[in-house]
Amino acid sequence: MSPTLKRTPLYECHVEAQGRIVAFAGWEMPVQFAGVIEEHRAVRTSVGLFDVSHMGELDVVGRRALDFIQHVTCNDVFKLTPGRAHYSGLMTPRGTFVDDLLVHKVADDHYFLVVNAANKDKDYAYLCAQAAGFDNVDVRDRSDDWAQIAVQGPRALSVAQKLTAVNLAEIKYYRFVRGAVDGADAIIARTGYTGEDGVEIYVPPADAPRVWRALLAAGRDEGIVPCGLGARDTLRFEACMALYGNDIDDTTTPFEANLDWIVKLEKGPFLGREALLRQRAEGVRRRLVGFEMVGRGIARHGYPIMAGSKEIGAVTSGTHSPTIGKALGLGYVPVALTAVGSEFAVEIRGQQVAARVVETPFYRRQRPA
Amino acid sequence: MADPSDRFYTHTHEWVQVSGEQATVGITQYAQEQLGDVVFVELPPAGKKVGKGEVLGTIESVKAVSELFTPVTGEVAGGNAALESHPELINRDPYGAGWVVKLKVAAGAADGLMDAAAYEKFVAEEGGH
Repeated sequence: MSPTLKRTPLYECHVEAQGRIVAFAGWEMPVQFAGVIEEHRAVRTSVGLFDVSHMGELDVVGRRALDFIQHVTCNDVFKLTPGRAHYSGLMTPRGTFVDDLLVHKVADDHYFLVVNAANKDKDYAYLCAQAAGFDNVDVRDRSDDWAQIAVQGPRALSVAQKLTAVNLAEIKYYRFVRGAVDGADAIIARTGYTGEDGVEIYVPPADAPRVWRALLAAGRDEGIVPCGLGARDTLRFEACMALYGNDIDDTTTPFEANLDWIVKLEKGPFLGREALLRQRAEGVRRRLVGFEMVGRGIARHGYPIMAGSKEIGAVTSGTHSPTIGKALGLGYVPVALTAVGSEFAVEIRGQQVAARVVETPFYRRQRPA
Repeated sequence: MADPSDRFYTHTHEWVQVSGEQATVGITQYAQEQLGDVVFVELPPAGKKVGKGEVLGTIESVKAVSELFTPVTGEVAGGNAALESHPELINRDPYGAGWVVKLKVAAGAADGLMDAAAYEKFVAEEGGH
């Protein structure tokens, strides 16, 4: 492997656990341990542990931090109070995604952004360039200062609870607190990328291996397993959470990606707002839909979507869903074909295979009554 | 798991076992480990003529699409129908119940392929870990 690939502080833990290591977004990351399906099922039924230390963390600080983040993202940061986070898009002036991200409000003059590993350098440069127009805003790349461990699944909270005095059940969805986890000075956020309940725990890199091992020990009775990027992808796919570079990129808008709920046009000016206002007025021409394969075959990223001999769209993500047990996919199609039950074909190795639009998300967890 | 010595192997990680005019083809233990959980197998139609090294079918795991290349020249006699509903047989028993295709071949079809010892050496050098 290329010597320039980075390793997370948990790399040695993954090698010990016989994780299969692959290159991903400039990092050497475990793609699987026991197997994608076994890890996937553990998260759906009990609990799994993910090293997501490759994700980028950026601090935005200064008196005009709020104005600045309002300017570069499409969600309404004004609605966040300290200790709350939301999902958002970092926007181009065309109303497309530079990246998707989590914005955590620490204080009026401090926001903590979590961005995709593959986009971190691009995002940082973009934010710095945009910040030049703002006095009293400073963007800092803190990615080397934080490791990130995601504990996900219906038993995630009870397992993580064993390592902290913070009452995790009191942290509501998309809120976060600062507190000690196994003695490490951590940020604990009730967030995730699996469609299950859980927490994402940010700790200093030096503490990460100890916390990782402590979590595995704490979850032993629950059947906790370390999970790789493979299961992370199938889990987020079933929950229809967008993957940058697959389902969204700098050619797609939030409206096209069915992410209307993160666009707050009424919040005032922001990058891409004019383009998004125009698109809203004119209507989108294509939208991301979820579909199931009717014929035999698995749709994969990049496969053409066909109507007769005409290419009308493309698959953005697709696999055989471990939970639903069917070949499912996400892809962009003309709006006329977005209703549930609409039919088209996916071209798989030169063959047209029938597919049908279904409800999304494919998987939604049962919440306790 | 040791690779069985009663068959021959390719650099693309298929095995072939020849018995008279019939050759059975599958993927190796190493290949199924690399591929991960197999969820879909596309088999060639019976009667299709294939030349050594040509694509014989497709094996897909949750994450990846992998082509199966025929180790021998021949005519497809049939595929393993059990894989349609139980593709995981390839993971569980790659040298037995997880066989993929049977071909009708001419004598000497497997000449020049690696034996188990040569294949294991190849994997050890290629795999690196």
